[in-house]
Amino acid sequence: MSATTVVTGLGVVSPNGLGAAPYWDATRAGKSGIGRVTRFDPSQYPARLAGEVQGFVAEDHLTGRMIVQTDHMTRMALVAADWALADAAIEPRGLDGYDMGVVTASSAGGFEFGQGELRKLWSRGSQHVSAYQSFAWFYAVNSGQISIRHGMKGPSGVVVSDQAGGLDALAQARRQIRGGTRLMVSGAVDATICPWGWVAQLAAGRMSTSDQPARAYLPFDADARGHVPGEGGAILVLEEAGAAALRGARIYGEIAGYGATFDPRDTVGGTGLHKAIEIALADAGLRASQVDVVFADAAGIPELDRAEADAIGAVFGPRGVPVTAPKTMTGRLSCGAGALDTATALLAIRDSIIPPTVNIEPAADYDLDLVTGRGRPTPVRTALVLARGYGGFNSALVVRARNPHATGPQAGPDHTERTR
Amino acid sequence: MTARQFTLEDLKRILIECAGADEAVDLDGEILDEGFEAIGYESLAILETGGRIETEYEVCLDEAVLSVHATPRELIAAVNELLTVAA
Repeated sequence: MSATTVVTGLGVVSPNGLGAAPYWDATRAGKSGIGRVTRFDPSQYPARLAGEVQGFVAEDHLTGRMIVQTDHMTRMALVAADWALADAAIEPRGLDGYDMGVVTASSAGGFEFGQGELRKLWSRGSQHVSAYQSFAWFYAVNSGQISIRHGMKGPSGVVVSDQAGGLDALAQARRQIRGGTRLMVSGAVDATICPWGWVAQLAAGRMSTSDQPARAYLPFDADARGHVPGEGGAILVLEEAGAAALRGARIYGEIAGYGATFDPRDTVGGTGLHKAIEIALADAGLRASQVDVVFADAAGIPELDRAEADAIGAVFGPRGVPVTAPKTMTGRLSCGAGALDTATALLAIRDSIIPPTVNIEPAADYDLDLVTGRGRPTPVRTALVLARGYGGFNSALVVRARNPHATGPQAGPDHTERTR
Repeated sequence: MTARQFTLEDLKRILIECAGADEAVDLDGEILDEGFEAIGYESLAILETGGRIETEYEVCLDEAVLSVHATPRELIAAVNELLTVAA
């Protein structure tokens, strides 16, 4: 019998809302945060739109000592973690540090910080490179800084698997809870909207070159032409269900299942993603018919949209399940996406509404029941979140509602005996 | 020729530029004899500060004074000694 992992706190930094409540209000209403890049002058680059987090002032939340040693993505991750812990009504200093761990995802580390130090290296010399470059760029830096800030000394680490990472981190945090850790801070916040990060992403050939925010990122649309990158993500507080119930925590839902596969080079079609979905459903002890909504990876590249539509269709049948991609309002957040979609799925469960996919006209031949235009009010008990990372990563995560009266792994209407 | 002087004000300016300031610590208070660790600076902050002093004042500091246990008074004295020798 494995421990059940529940989510008790959400911290969101998103291009269309700073904080979980503003983000959710905007997302339900279909309000986009995509616009022309302002963090640098994009006019010389082929892609010029991004989902930038608006109104984030690091100095309002962090000390000067912290700001000098952190990349933009780390600052946002620290604030998101603060918000998630506050949302969970957890005061970490009152708990045993060894009962708490941190697992986040990263895709590129602190790219903007690294760009600044590289500039100093080549323009002024090695003596001018910040000693903080030693860790500020590093993949594990968000986990490390969150851990230090809150005295979390339990199992910690980082997962690097491009856009799949947000889900992979949550799965790793769930494993640590099953291993006996009382509380995990997990998820991902990413940001590489700087010239160096921009050219790195351009090299992959998947960015939209449109200048029209409402026409640039159109997954599952006949006019799909690449994606708009964004920054931000979500940090979640995960707890063992019994411990959370004992302290009377408000529970958003359970991390009920997870599956991951890896595609070999030049894979065509959705085989690996299809398998990841099946593994996740089996892990959750669910049949496909029990899933109320799928949060799609939504690449916005025709062949990748086709592969995802095929995988969803193979599991759920044609138009067999509502599918949505709220990331059409934020852009693709790299590893932040899976974490933010998971937070969004939990809010959809709480409020019985599926947030919309904006701007798109679904292409009929994908045979998907896409939720477009406005949110769809409907009971949501179980959601499947998909994420694919560049190079072959496929991940699927299932979240489901918890019975409010549940007190342990035995409770809950969807409970299935696990043998692992 | 008179040696250039390195003062507490210079040190505070460089500390803040390199490593920021901890809001809980008053750098304008009595800090001369506090260890750097006690006023909120870890080893990397001192490394960074030492590197900046070395390039700005063209001195080469002994590692012993670039320690979190050293005090501002010791670091200032060490810099001024090197400046006097150089003058």
